Amino acid sequence: MPGPSDPGFDTLALHAGAGPDPSTGARAVPIHLSTSFVFESSDHAAALFNMERSGHVYSRISNPTTAVLEERVAALEGGTGAIATASGQAALHLAICTLAGAGSHIVASSALYGGSHNLLHYTLARFGIATTFVRPGDIDGWRAAIRPETRLLFGETVGNPGLDVLDIPTVSAIAHEHGLPLLVDSTLTSPWLMRPFDHGADLVYHSATKFLSGHGTVIGGVLVDSGLFDWEASGRFPELTRPYDGFHGMVFSEESTVGAFLLRARREGLRDFGACMSPHTAWLILQGVETLSLRMERHMANARKVVAFLAAHPMVARVGHPDLPTHPDHELAKRLLPRGSGSVFSFDLKGQRAQGRAFIEALKVFSHLANVGDCRSLVIHPATTTHFRMDDAALAQAGITQGTIRLSIGLEDADDLIDDLSRALRAAQKAGGA
Amino acid sequence: MKLDVQGRAAFVYTGGKTLDPGLPAVVFIHGAMHDHSVWGLQSRSLAHHGRAVLVPDLPGHGRSDGPALASVEACADWLLALLAAAGIERAALVGHSMGSLIALEAAARLGERASRLVLLGPAYPMKVSDTLLSTSLDEPLKAIDMVNAFSHAGHAAKPSAPAPGFSLRGANRALMRRLQAGHAAAGHGNLFHQDFQVCNRYAGGLEAAARVRCGSLMIVGEHDQMTPPKASAALAQALHAKVLALPAGHSLMGEVPDAVLNAIQAFISEEAR
Repeated sequence: MPGPSDPGFDTLALHAGAGPDPSTGARAVPIHLSTSFVFESSDHAAALFNMERSGHVYSRISNPTTAVLEERVAALEGGTGAIATASGQAALHLAICTLAGAGSHIVASSALYGGSHNLLHYTLARFGIATTFVRPGDIDGWRAAIRPETRLLFGETVGNPGLDVLDIPTVSAIAHEHGLPLLVDSTLTSPWLMRPFDHGADLVYHSATKFLSGHGTVIGGVLVDSGLFDWEASGRFPELTRPYDGFHGMVFSEESTVGAFLLRARREGLRDFGACMSPHTAWLILQGVETLSLRMERHMANARKVVAFLAAHPMVARVGHPDLPTHPDHELAKRLLPRGSGSVFSFDLKGQRAQGRAFIEALKVFSHLANVGDCRSLVIHPATTTHFRMDDAALAQAGITQGTIRLSIGLEDADDLIDDLSRALRAAQKAGGA
Repeated sequence: MKLDVQGRAAFVYTGGKTLDPGLPAVVFIHGAMHDHSVWGLQSRSLAHHGRAVLVPDLPGHGRSDGPALASVEACADWLLALLAAAGIERAALVGHSMGSLIALEAAARLGERASRLVLLGPAYPMKVSDTLLSTSLDEPLKAIDMVNAFSHAGHAAKPSAPAPGFSLRGANRALMRRLQAGHAAAGHGNLFHQDFQVCNRYAGGLEAAARVRCGSLMIVGEHDQMTPPKASAALAQALHAKVLALPAGHSLMGEVPDAVLNAIQAFISEEAR
């Protein structure tokens, strides 16, 4: 059917949220490094504070540069709006604290980034928010874990580090049956590989530090709302549907049918917890977003070559990538992630810790560090770093062995990456005396 | 607040203030596939500056019981019943798009009881293309995307409404999807097709204009592709309306929220003096 439609992904990545600057004509997004913004009059000031007019007051609450990033990521995700935060962790915290308080309960995937697991299992428990962890593929487990005080279901598009693919259509349907929203960490896939809202998720966040920024330079997060969850029909969220004394008795769900969550999150969580993003950081992430599709294509092309190389190598016991038919979620990945399941994955080296150590120390192009989604290729040994606090049994449950290596494939020449890995695998072989 | 109007529950947003029928009243009427929230900034401001503000969800839209009404005339009758239920004798009427036709028809019925008439993004006749109507039956989500694309002049209207960080297109798409789903889930059918048929069939515009007794203002979007400024020229003439063109598309309240508020505020204040 011919007819108008919203622009495509690449156009939105360059244009959503920003035009030429009206005061200077600057075509690129200006960096507004200003803590605060002058009121036109006393009436204007009062109107901004009472949400009678839209505008910027103080950069902890909103900023013109940061707002461009928010509107751009919202457009790429197909959401109603977004809030940029100091980090991905801050985005997760903001989402949870907008919807939950002491006595609340969360059902979360057990295959999570270690930082998210820490927040849920240790820190939020200290503040009275409990979490039940279920294996992401255990559909009955998701349903069984929901309690009357549950406020949120939470998982990652592809789990860390085994790349378990979250069955978002099924898990979101379970959430919605119970009047609950599904929050998804979409960091490893980015909106270029998957838009979780298209599959039923209600809230999405990114560690923008990773693929959105793409250059390993800044820390940031972005929390996006689909606007489709009906908070009033749910009946579980008085924070959004009853008068809020902390903001003029505002009933957020009446004020904005599709923006209630974001209004409350900005006017409470961002205002009071204060984990805002610097406009300079927002600008750097915008530079990354503008080339997201070009970089993701290259990330994926390189990842496919590296996965194929490793899968055929005699020193490799297993490659855990959903693009491979051997991965348990291969069929689900084909359905939800037709462009591929990402360029961050793990593989198991034959041998023990000595082989792992020799492998990592022989690499010259891959950098040994704790990050993913950089334009440079990265490597880490989870058992001794990101998951070091886990015993062997817990590691096994998370799909990690002493020989598991996690790679984040960058944008270098694929041949150079394969040469580097090949040399390191030979070093590992020698370390094992094979 | 909730009122009983014609035997059905109607939701009315009052701008964050308790309604005081003793104050000069302003009624905001949303358009097709919208609800009260499209008037958020403008209605909240007037409610905090000495006006009794009523922003209903039309029947079948959002929080008001359905089904949606089948004609502009039926909506105007419903609006008069709503004013009676709220204890409002006289009011300024402000309508957007389909809501502008309802405001026009209601102003004709109210006569001297309509203090001012403000029409945003109007057109008369408000003809809807056969392609859009057929798409709304076969692929309503596609029809929503078409209208959403037609309704916005750009990708970077500033300041974003209702607050920084919102995507106007994304918020509008989400609102339309929710209203469409809600109407269908209540067993009332295809809201998109119903609303656009209401616009398409309305034939009483010039007769209504002849019966309007109050001053009229038209606010049109210079880049409006849904209801281009020229589509309302005959109606403007019939109403002897002032016409204000703003640099926006059809989603005037979101794309130029301050300019719309300023224009409404100034126009209804003239009457008050």
